Amino acid sequence: MAAPRIGVFICHCGTNIGGIVDVPQVVEYAKSLPYVAYAEANMYTCSEEGISSIKNNIKEHNLNRVVVASCTPRTHQPLFRNACADAGLNPYLFEFVNIREHCSWIHMQNRREATEKAKELVKMGIAKARWLDAQEEFESEVYPAAMVIGGGVAGMSAALNLANQGFEVHLVEKEPKLGGRLLKLNRIFPINKDPSELVESIVKTVEGHSKIRLHMPAVVKAASGYIGNFDISVDEGGKEVSFKAGVIIVATGAQVLKPELYRYGELANVLTQLDLEQRLKDGELGEFQNVVMINCVGARIPERLYCSRLCCMTAIKNAALMKEINPEAKVYVLHRDLMTYGVEFEEYYREVKEAGVRFIRYTPSNLPQVIGAERVESVRVYDELMDMELELPCDLLVLATPLIPNDDNEELSRMLKVPIGDGGFFLEAHVKLRPVEFAMDGIYVGGSCRWPADIRESVAQGYAAASRAAIPLRQGLVKVEAITATVDPKICKGCGTCALVCPFDAIELKESEIRGLEGKIVSEVNTALCKGCGLCAAACPNGAIQQRGFTDIQLLSMVNALSGKR
Amino acid sequence: MVIGGGIAGIQSSLDLANMGFQVYLVEKTPSIGGRMSQLDKTFPTNDCSMCILAPKMIEASRHPNIRLLTYSEVEEVAGEPGKFRVKIREKARSVDEEKCTGCGVCMQKCPYKTDSEFEVGLAKRKAAYIPFPQAIPNVATIDPDICIYIKSEGKKCGACIKFCDAGAIDFSQQDRIIEVEVGSIILATGFDLYDPSALEEYGYGKVKNVITAMQYERMISASGPSGGQLQRPSDGKTPKRLAFIQCVGSRDTHHKLYCSSVCCMHATKEAILANEHYPDLKAFIFYTDMRAVGKRFQEYIARAEQEYKVTYIRSRPSKITENPDNGNPIVWYEETTARTRTSMEVDMVVLCQALIPSGSTKEISDMLHLSLNDYQFINIPDRLFHPVDTEIPGIFACGFCQAPQDIPDSVVQASAAAARAAEFMSRKD
Repeated sequence: MAAPRIGVFICHCGTNIGGIVDVPQVVEYAKSLPYVAYAEANMYTCSEEGISSIKNNIKEHNLNRVVVASCTPRTHQPLFRNACADAGLNPYLFEFVNIREHCSWIHMQNRREATEKAKELVKMGIAKARWLDAQEEFESEVYPAAMVIGGGVAGMSAALNLANQGFEVHLVEKEPKLGGRLLKLNRIFPINKDPSELVESIVKTVEGHSKIRLHMPAVVKAASGYIGNFDISVDEGGKEVSFKAGVIIVATGAQVLKPELYRYGELANVLTQLDLEQRLKDGELGEFQNVVMINCVGARIPERLYCSRLCCMTAIKNAALMKEINPEAKVYVLHRDLMTYGVEFEEYYREVKEAGVRFIRYTPSNLPQVIGAERVESVRVYDELMDMELELPCDLLVLATPLIPNDDNEELSRMLKVPIGDGGFFLEAHVKLRPVEFAMDGIYVGGSCRWPADIRESVAQGYAAASRAAIPLRQGLVKVEAITATVDPKICKGCGTCALVCPFDAIELKESEIRGLEGKIVSEVNTALCKGCGLCAAACPNGAIQQRGFTDIQLLSMVNALSGKR
Repeated sequence: MVIGGGIAGIQSSLDLANMGFQVYLVEKTPSIGGRMSQLDKTFPTNDCSMCILAPKMIEASRHPNIRLLTYSEVEEVAGEPGKFRVKIREKARSVDEEKCTGCGVCMQKCPYKTDSEFEVGLAKRKAAYIPFPQAIPNVATIDPDICIYIKSEGKKCGACIKFCDAGAIDFSQQDRIIEVEVGSIILATGFDLYDPSALEEYGYGKVKNVITAMQYERMISASGPSGGQLQRPSDGKTPKRLAFIQCVGSRDTHHKLYCSSVCCMHATKEAILANEHYPDLKAFIFYTDMRAVGKRFQEYIARAEQEYKVTYIRSRPSKITENPDNGNPIVWYEETTARTRTSMEVDMVVLCQALIPSGSTKEISDMLHLSLNDYQFINIPDRLFHPVDTEIPGIFACGFCQAPQDIPDSVVQASAAAARAAEFMSRKD
């Protein structure tokens, strides 16, 4: 192997780093370190200028290792690795040092110390870089089929999109009917229509699609494998059915909270908005004269801080309908902030106000009170704007309650090894820029199982998840980052500790087939399943496991650099 | 073809390119990046906006399936769905893209200035310019409206020619017309800012220390003209009390009736950042309804109140005047809980102005014979079940040009539009 020739690129990140850390000083320091053949500062190493500089200097100075000291590998590692690859250097001969999140941003008040720390971090990166090895990424084929879990509007949109692109889709729905929450709605906002016909036409298309295989009623029982190659087993009406899928889309929806507030469940004329829709659908509402609706019931409270996004519009929709059915009725909506965001919702809100629905703002410190013994007779509310307590006669009290996560989210989360975040909804890879995919490759998410979403948003998320899923399906091949664990079968004693700690079921004990070791029981890593978490390498009592890119010698050389040992 | 190189257009392009489709990404300005490149941080995680955007910009620029056409405008679209014939005008930059190294010497030497669009008028740029440091492509553009060499037909100046070591300046360049055939078109033309001087009562343009939210973003941004220092326009002093006014032109019968959907959250973020930069600074947000409907938004607001001492006041101020002694703006409003009219003197006011569909949205939809709604957003006939399909098969729209929305929703729609375009181009008929 050629002697290491390390190039070091230190980023100012405008003033993010450069305003705190003395970057030129760090560059000079880097130049003084062993094996460093070149070092420079960049205003933005990630800019096109910075990237070309990396490429040019690899060639000009014959660099065989590159260290960039800038921000976080989470966003920028692929970029710098690609720059190395473009210049003919194996991308795994690149080392990232974070002197922004780990230094300048957290030591803004101590510039001198921040510079010293940046030097040490860079020194450690350089020490590790000396021991980096070229790696080849593992490639695997993508089985050209998708599984979509959930036959609501998000799941159906995703399934239809992929099917129309020519991919086989397994659509798994736990109820005996497709359509999800939409089936329960009487009308949908803001178009104010009965959704049954619209849903029916989508359901027909899905059911009649030659590329869609419907599993219904069915639940996923087991899923193993990795992107491109999932093995799935579903319980379809008591029968076990197995199939393969290259990608998985989770679109399992959410449920409506049944509150323990405002005497719901105790008094007959207290309903949730969903109950109201059911009665309207069944034609069982009966007469009413005075309707009061309360929003944010069980939402935006300390125990459940979030806003469920749809309930304001649901209340407005149903308030308008009450007024339409009985124009003589008095309809009040008691609300906190009204979430009629965007164009149509705001328009709808204005129209409904003009139609005579009264809106009264209440505060969480002064909640409305239900008056009545057998039935609700009135609702008392403090109107902040009028500074007056009002008593509103009421023969129908309707509560807008939030969507809450499905009960089986946790089970599904364990099965698919995808995370659940705040409030029990599924957690996407990045809230801003990767909203419909999980950090786990090959698994995507859309609709209300991710966060409360209305029809439009659920459909868009279903399509978006399909778009992301179509990428590996169309590429046909996926690459796995080469940071996987490797076992030295000569050292391995076959104790199985690694297999026990592996959260991805990537390690198996097997009889070795290597010459000289035939028959010895040793651990074997399935590279496609290994996520490079490093647990096995840390747990192995014999030091038989090394994780590529994080080997003992690489990590120890960093520690030694920091402690001043050679 | 994807029209508009902001986050939505970039995401659509990347999705389609990664699926194996050839993409033409057309952007009117000299660089892709769009509005997101101007923002400092993003809510609710306070991730640095440029830091999460730049890798996507670079990925788009180096993707073998994406042809970037910046400083370019769609001139004509003919043909039919599945077979659109498009003429794109690539405007003359007067700079040879192949030769330019982006070194910036022409920008230093160029003697002619105008207001920087990127810095929203808080700083100047030259006639020869790169809009921002991470611009893609990283090449200079010479603005023909400002450049004296161009205006004098080569008789005056020429400093850039003299100093460019790469010999990249080329005033003989002409606009080029590029003709391509595409199966599908995605519109992602984004938003413009509503001019708040239309609301005379708020004194924008008259009361010096009243600025807009976009100006504030540049001011608080470490890469901005003041290096992240808050400096009020009248005397450069750091404000100690800062007021944000919501719904400036939004939800307003005299201006725009709709809710711009993002201002409650960006004001909250901006107030948090102010307090992060200056722990003694006190921020007030005057709001109508606090619309925090996204993931972790309510938690973000709770944090703003508890950790960053942001005060939310439910009121729509009636006017802003100036204290002639110190240039402080005075916000006049009704204290709704106490039902009294009162005023508050602060050091600086930030107006959260309405966001409107960009001017190009109208141009391009006229060209394509697509209709717009009452507020000039692209009309989506079946908003619920086909949320990114326009009136014409094969043409899709995503992001702010079709409805007010934040970054995650734009990214969702961008991917959705890519999925629909891919589906459309795979149809067998």
